[in-house]
Amino acid sequence: MFIINSPLVEKSELQSNIFLFKIHCPEIALIIKPGQFLNIRVTQAFFPLLRRPFSVSDVEGEYIYILFSIFGEGTQILADKKNGETIDILGPLGKGFNLDDDYYTAVIVAGGLGAAPFPFVTRKLQKNKEIISFVGSRTSNEIITYGMENVYTASDDGSIGFKGNVVELLKSKNVELINKKIKIFGCGPTPMLKALAEYCINNDLNCEISTECVMACGFGICQGCPIESAQLKDRFKLVCKDGPVFNVKNILL
Amino acid sequence: MNKIDLSVNIGSLKLRNPVILASGTVGYGDEISEFTDLNTIGGIVTKSLSLKPRKGNPPQRIVETHAGMLNAIGLANVGVEEFVKSKIPFLNTFDVPLICNIAASTIEEYVECTKILTAENIIDAFEINVSCPNVKEGGLEFGNDVKAVGRITEKVRAVTDKLLILKLSPNVSYISHFAEVVKKEGGDAVSAINSLVGTAFDIYDFKPKISNINGGLSGPAIKPIALAKVLEISRKVDIPIIGIGGIMNWKDVIEFMIVGASAIQIGTLNFIDPAAPGKIVKELEDYCIQVGIKNLSEIIASYLIE
Repeated sequence: MFIINSPLVEKSELQSNIFLFKIHCPEIALIIKPGQFLNIRVTQAFFPLLRRPFSVSDVEGEYIYILFSIFGEGTQILADKKNGETIDILGPLGKGFNLDDDYYTAVIVAGGLGAAPFPFVTRKLQKNKEIISFVGSRTSNEIITYGMENVYTASDDGSIGFKGNVVELLKSKNVELINKKIKIFGCGPTPMLKALAEYCINNDLNCEISTECVMACGFGICQGCPIESAQLKDRFKLVCKDGPVFNVKNILL
Repeated sequence: MNKIDLSVNIGSLKLRNPVILASGTVGYGDEISEFTDLNTIGGIVTKSLSLKPRKGNPPQRIVETHAGMLNAIGLANVGVEEFVKSKIPFLNTFDVPLICNIAASTIEEYVECTKILTAENIIDAFEINVSCPNVKEGGLEFGNDVKAVGRITEKVRAVTDKLLILKLSPNVSYISHFAEVVKKEGGDAVSAINSLVGTAFDIYDFKPKISNINGGLSGPAIKPIALAKVLEISRKVDIPIIGIGGIMNWKDVIEFMIVGASAIQIGTLNFIDPAAPGKIVKELEDYCIQVGIKNLSEIIASYLIE
């Protein structure tokens, strides 16, 4: 774990209200794994007070990328930063995806901004695995396919791709996946992850999901981000330290 | 220039400097030690310990507010037995005064926890939490009742010779009444303040943002209240005070000491900048040089009030 002030070197708006920041941060770039996250302090003043957690979206040499949209005061301040300004980063944090399991096809399932960690996952897997990506959102202009391969889309309003949510889309492709040795990687809003976890458990599919929870510190000291364990009834796991990535068999959403 | 002396005393306990890490904001020291060298700070207070492990409250436990945050962790902790077995060996590798915070649902539980932990040489002091706003039993039920605080002090005092600190609630009319009873019943010091009861609601689904409904407010938003409470105790009761509440930098430390704190605790800041406590210690030294003070303890309760 480091606390580092790193310069923003390239800021782009991929589409309306979807920002991609390229940050020069060799210390973290060299060790961070897909699915791990960064806790970013957007201002040295104390409003807003807490850091904001962001998945690492991609890594290229000494550069790390984050992908986000403006949601409140914190992300607004971040989005207003200019090239050359530094960003106060705490990371790398948490446990990421286990990409090394026994499978041939990686199935990515992303809802909305849940697409954020998958460019890095795709980069790591593209040489050795087949990748199929399912990406969903409410409507077409919120679909994020940046950095992903072999993408099928879904939208709630049917304005792009399959009409319905991304888990329904995944189920509709079941026939094509059934004979492959797959592992599913999911990230998105909790209701979507819940549906995905249920589908995977019922069909005995290997699946890891990246969860989210309001947190303060990001590394275990505030105990602010509990998640129910599937095995232990007398204690919670922590999203920040035990996760944010969990096998669906190990948690209850 | 002669060396600056940052040391302070809390009763019989000498600290190398007044910067203590607050309970519930540093776990049992392991995570924060990656950012702050525990050998350089004044002391560390453990996460509240109860006799048996506690699961704590379900999510959502935290809400950010204007210049502050609400938390309702619900005293999630490993319990006394596990603390002794797996946390003390790690803490033993540092040269830092260790203060154990104890939370309980009954007076008997406070006594039992203290009795067990008194056997551990590494523990220098107890901080008795009679003011947690986030649990149904114990917590504020005790913290709001001056007689209960007196009884807890008396009973715990009877089973330990270690330094005894009572952590007081700000959710009372006169905090000095509580400090008075702590002193009368043999307590050595008080820490003030614990977090303030607060809440926050979602304006679209009309539900409380935290599962516990209420949480404890901390952060810079509460500093003026904490300062007023420390000053009240300092003017009314002759007892060492550990000041807590929204300390975000070295200037806040000095301000707390001026109104009467012999030492201070850093809490919420650890979540934002876990390296800050170490930096603050260095900056206190710079302040002493700047204003020409040799012993930082000179400024304790040095307020000038006409």
